[in-house]
Amino acid sequence: MKNTPTPKVDMRNISKSFPGVLANDCVDLKLNKGEVLALLGENGAGKSTLMNILCGLYRPDSGEIYIDGRQVEIRSPRDAQKYGIGMVHQHFKLVDSMNVLENIILGLHNEPFFLDLKRVRNRLVGLATQYHLDVDPDASIWQLSVGEQQRVEILKLLYRNADILILDEPTAVLTPQESHELSRVVHVMKQEGKSAIFITHKMEEVMEFSDRVMVLRKGKVVAEASTVETTPRELARMMVGRDVLFHIEKKTANPGKVVLELTHVEALGDRGLPALKDISFQLRAGEILGIAGVAGNGQKELAEVITGLRRSTKGKLQISGEDMTNRSPREIIRRGVAHIPQDRTSVGAVGDLSVASNLAMKRYRSKPLAAGFFLLPKRMLDLARILIEKFRISTPSPKTQIKFLSGGNIQKTILAREIEAAKSVMVAVYPSRGLDVGATETVHRLLVSQRDAGLGVLFFSEDLDELLQISDRVAVLFEGRIMGIFDTNAVTIDRLGMLMAGMTEEADA
Amino acid sequence: MEFLTSILTITIRAGTSLTVATIGEILTERSGTLNLGVEGIMLMGALSAFATVFYSHSLVLGFLVAIGIGGLLALLHAFLTTTMRANHVVSGLSITLFGTGFSSFLGQRLGPATNNFRLVGLRAERVVPLDSAWIKQIPLLSAFLNQDIITYSVYLLLPLSWFFLYKTRPGLWLRAVGEHPQTADAMGIDVTKIRYLYTVIGGMLIALGGAHLSLSYTPGWSENITGGRGWIVIALVIFSMWNPARAVWGALLFGGINAVQFRLQASGTSIPANFLNMLPYVGTIAVLVLMTWWEALSKKVGAPAALGTSYMREDK
Repeated sequence: MKNTPTPKVDMRNISKSFPGVLANDCVDLKLNKGEVLALLGENGAGKSTLMNILCGLYRPDSGEIYIDGRQVEIRSPRDAQKYGIGMVHQHFKLVDSMNVLENIILGLHNEPFFLDLKRVRNRLVGLATQYHLDVDPDASIWQLSVGEQQRVEILKLLYRNADILILDEPTAVLTPQESHELSRVVHVMKQEGKSAIFITHKMEEVMEFSDRVMVLRKGKVVAEASTVETTPRELARMMVGRDVLFHIEKKTANPGKVVLELTHVEALGDRGLPALKDISFQLRAGEILGIAGVAGNGQKELAEVITGLRRSTKGKLQISGEDMTNRSPREIIRRGVAHIPQDRTSVGAVGDLSVASNLAMKRYRSKPLAAGFFLLPKRMLDLARILIEKFRISTPSPKTQIKFLSGGNIQKTILAREIEAAKSVMVAVYPSRGLDVGATETVHRLLVSQRDAGLGVLFFSEDLDELLQISDRVAVLFEGRIMGIFDTNAVTIDRLGMLMAGMTEEADA
Repeated sequence: MEFLTSILTITIRAGTSLTVATIGEILTERSGTLNLGVEGIMLMGALSAFATVFYSHSLVLGFLVAIGIGGLLALLHAFLTTTMRANHVVSGLSITLFGTGFSSFLGQRLGPATNNFRLVGLRAERVVPLDSAWIKQIPLLSAFLNQDIITYSVYLLLPLSWFFLYKTRPGLWLRAVGEHPQTADAMGIDVTKIRYLYTVIGGMLIALGGAHLSLSYTPGWSENITGGRGWIVIALVIFSMWNPARAVWGALLFGGINAVQFRLQASGTSIPANFLNMLPYVGTIAVLVLMTWWEALSKKVGAPAALGTSYMREDK
């Protein structure tokens, strides 16, 4: 460019620390008008912190922010809104019990005192048509799928005329088709002169979405490049600081005896409606059975029934040949069933407890961590140090409360605990969701090594590439039913994608 | 019919203080603040209202002082739970303990020397219900019309608070803050301000409920004049599923139990008085059990999702 235009957003020398962590260390970020910037980095690299500063949720310890060349103070999300900044957070900011319209206008000061939802609906329907973001304006949020909820979030920003959009890992929860739709929407917004910052881990998406890419590592900017001038492999190396294996080396499976068997299992979901219908399958020692399906089709319920967290209403659950139907989680744990839950912060770990306590969670009852009634904290710390080393968990200390760790490191902690406890079955629900390439690679490697060590691994994922790469067989879950179980090398992504959408070949033909 | 009308009259009269306080607590809890100080605030409201009217002979001033005291106590609760992030239950219970003890103490100190400085047993101006002979001729309806000004305000307050909560912008914000403060905050709503505001407004209404007891329903001061009504209010909030439109049924139900109990006692029944006095509280427990059971069955959750939790922006 001959004369550099004033950047839309110019963040200079931003620093922010949390107790024990320097999340952003003198970060500079520029975003031009009509540009899509991809922000790439491992978990805990400080991407979300930086964006939370821009949208007013966090205050930086130091640094300046310029919008259209003018220095601004962003003290609150309301200030950010004023400057046209809007963010779609990784955990959606939506009130579940309210409907779409109410969520759209939430916090808008210029809405009339007496709500006029009819007017809001008209304008919303207009925007939805313009951007092809189809959503029922009168539905309550809890009734919507994750993909629909994301559309509501995007519509919310459009309704507010935001022209600086921040998307925090927007594709983590979408099907491939939905991701593609999103990329189209971003493209349209770009053409209208809006700018976007896009946080992601997926290299293909950096390539598909962005004009420019910035890589953060440990709170610092380590690289900045025009997207066309870089390659996924190069980006991954910059992000992790070493070469990343994109393909996991995997020996052929050598399945042994059946370790987990479900026969005609049915169960209800949280709202009392049938969530699992007539589920039957076998899992053998030494194999990975992948469970494909769009989130919310019974994955959570299936994992909970197997781990004893949810009652089944019908059918039989056997672990290593023993009937364990509706037994307590403790009895099931004792049979060597490990669980990496979908919700790592509320089911997988206790945020307020230390890393060491979280690691001890499944073995505090017995030696060497306990002596009868008493816990032995020193031994817990020793164990924690060993596991932290072994699983490369990055934490200031074993005594740090686990909620202060990044998502990837919380997940590694859970993995460490569960792998140590697993003796027969490993139930891993979306174990790599929201993790960067480095951490994902670790998770994959660990799951395969568990298989090779003779465990049956049940691997839930929404990412078909990942599923086909890791699993030996794949089952597709749709509306609580198993649509089919296939050998990984005998099925195509297209076929699985169709089944995930509920289309069997007969219906399709 | 006349009997029914008279029962209904007492029911509404007894239900007035419950309804006002219930609406106050609903507004408070909708913001996510759990205020278990209702009993204490009602007592302080009742005491301050009566003492003020006794000395100033002004009913208006009496109500205003009660509302002010209620607002102050609630402000303390808001400060402790929102700014200091204290446990809501502990802070609320402290306010109830304080209100119970302090109102009893003041009741023995604020009176005139002629009455041994006690307020008990004194008379003061009171709010007189409308008692039109002409209205009395209309069966049933007269029970609604021959009431005092506070009851009339309740007739207004009920639909207004419902409308406010569900049909206005500030009502939407209030509900959002109680449901999901993280979202409200990200949408540019000042969570702290809203929690302070509605906790204080709630405290004012709760104290008004207390003042209605000592200035109208059972005129005069007696120790523990509320007789546990503050706790019934907490149950009524659950019963009404945090919806003011439903608060009226709960308040009428409990007012009704009160009225029937009065009637029975007056008719000289052989049922022991203590047993009759127990009825409203047994009713409270029964309703709580039934509601929780029903909620669990229908999976219909009415409670504001963030009720009783403190919110801090950079918290993890």
